[in-house]
Amino acid sequence: MQLPDRTLRQNKHKFISDFRLYKKHAALVLLFLPTIVYFIIFKYIPISGLAMAFKDYKIGLGIWASPWVGLDNFKFAFSTATFTRAFTNTIIISGLKILTGFPAPIILALMLNEVRHMKYKRTVQTISYLPHFLSWVIVAGLFSQLLSPTTGVVNYILQHYFGVEKAIYFLGSNDWFRFTLITTDIWKGVGWGSILYIASIAGIDPTMYEAAVCDGANRFQRLWYVTLPCLLPTITIMLILRVGNVMVAGFDQVFNMYNAAVYKTGDIIDTFVYRYGIGQMKYSLSTAVGLFQNLIGFIMVVGMNFVANKINGSGIW
Amino acid sequence: MKEKFSAADVIIYLVLGLFALSIFFAFEHLLSISFSPSYVATKGGIHLLPVDATLDNYKKVLESKYIWQGYKNTLIRTIFGTSLQLTVTAMGAYALSKRFFPHRSFWTFLIVFTMFFSGGLIPTYILVRDLGLMNTYASMILPGLVSAFNLVIMRNYFMSLPEEVEESCMIDGAGRFRIFFQIVLPLSKPILATVALWLAVDHWNAWFDVLIYISNDKLFTLQIVLRRIIITGTQQMIDLNISSETLANEVQASAEGVKAAAIFVATIPILAAYPFIQRYFVKGIMIGSLKG
Repeated sequence: MQLPDRTLRQNKHKFISDFRLYKKHAALVLLFLPTIVYFIIFKYIPISGLAMAFKDYKIGLGIWASPWVGLDNFKFAFSTATFTRAFTNTIIISGLKILTGFPAPIILALMLNEVRHMKYKRTVQTISYLPHFLSWVIVAGLFSQLLSPTTGVVNYILQHYFGVEKAIYFLGSNDWFRFTLITTDIWKGVGWGSILYIASIAGIDPTMYEAAVCDGANRFQRLWYVTLPCLLPTITIMLILRVGNVMVAGFDQVFNMYNAAVYKTGDIIDTFVYRYGIGQMKYSLSTAVGLFQNLIGFIMVVGMNFVANKINGSGIW
Repeated sequence: MKEKFSAADVIIYLVLGLFALSIFFAFEHLLSISFSPSYVATKGGIHLLPVDATLDNYKKVLESKYIWQGYKNTLIRTIFGTSLQLTVTAMGAYALSKRFFPHRSFWTFLIVFTMFFSGGLIPTYILVRDLGLMNTYASMILPGLVSAFNLVIMRNYFMSLPEEVEESCMIDGAGRFRIFFQIVLPLSKPILATVALWLAVDHWNAWFDVLIYISNDKLFTLQIVLRRIIITGTQQMIDLNISSETLANEVQASAEGVKAAAIFVATIPILAAYPFIQRYFVKGIMIGSLKG
């Protein structure tokens, strides 16, 4: 009988000492207040709002008064072809982006490293960062003009110089849409993505190259046996982070580039949630789909971080 | 290590050059179209210089009151949003940078956790609606007030500042606020500048929050006006809350040249600032890549 009483007293005591601690650092607490209020209101209230996924949300009733429906929203989502299509598209588009878009900045960094005319190198670098600073609204607008089957310059070049007979509908045909997504994504992001690798290469100890030269290594051998192994830790971390984000297929890009004709190959979970949630006000259904995506993403990130720590302790926490 | 210019070099220089040119000419081509009458764009072909140079497309774009309103709204959200976000983030980061802050690791975890798990689009949307923020500037600023990532980066920077400076100020009788605003912030100019630039570019380019929270076209930002002009012209089915006639009539959204001109009108500030801000970003990415 004594035990609970003592715990209670201890808790009370702890509470008072905690309170004193906060009072002692009142100025810091005050500085911290806006931040934590923000996170509670705009991050944790929406997380509690995920309860909607298990309810039949009625606007008049609000989230908490709406009736519970268990897993009905999930069951319904999984039974529709639109959702399964969006899910597969997300994985495929994201997977293709990892396969091609992940190595691209590494290759660019390695190539830039071989350039010995500094002016040339800097010019290429500066130009290559530029698209990163433009929104997908602008880049999508740019490409919708360049890739147009009737007036676009890309089709003009393909038809006049490469003997392509019929204009290609890059943005309007299911055969080409994913290809277009992936190449434009690389075009926009590769320069920016290469900065990290360029910095890592710059950080490699030059004596290693000198030693390699003494041993008679040619340029390719130096690349293969010195540069790449030195880059490997950076590459591993970046790959793990990227794979952890496999559910992120690029909403901003797809949303600004797709149209109903390419839903079959281009509709991803994020665009699905937008159309059903904001567009058709099916709040519960789209919240359920969003939660499903969120959970997979969360598991992937945590899992990949675990793998990273196992391999070489390079996880982010 | 002087070595001969080999075949591999030729290929590398060529590939890099072509890639850079693909970016340069994409804009150059569009720029030419924007200065050419509409028949040039309709005819197709490669244009590195304007044909029959004209300012008509720009006139049409600049006549649109939506473009000017968009500029105004984008400037408002960029200036107010960036300053408010920077202030709140710096304050929070400073508090968490102190090892003796009560329950520091718990609060840090609470914040970092949101980087990996969030309520997502719909619950946030409903919250903003229930708070009555629809069709206000606040809906463009408050939902993203503090980014956990920026906060962690700033916290790490503050932690790297020498403790002794603050201690000596304490002894001289300066309070915590005074130390923060008069000592710590001036010492942290590099990180403040970097994060401010990130935030400003994000605000300049933001469009999705306006799309879902704003239906009053007086509050449309430049990106949304642009989206209406250049994208909705071909994709009306995916836009919601739209009375697209107003904008379409305003600038005849079908003309390629007008679209191109609109793209440049909205992009010129970024293109002009780009050479100057670029290296701060490159520096920033290095700070950002440090382990939290």
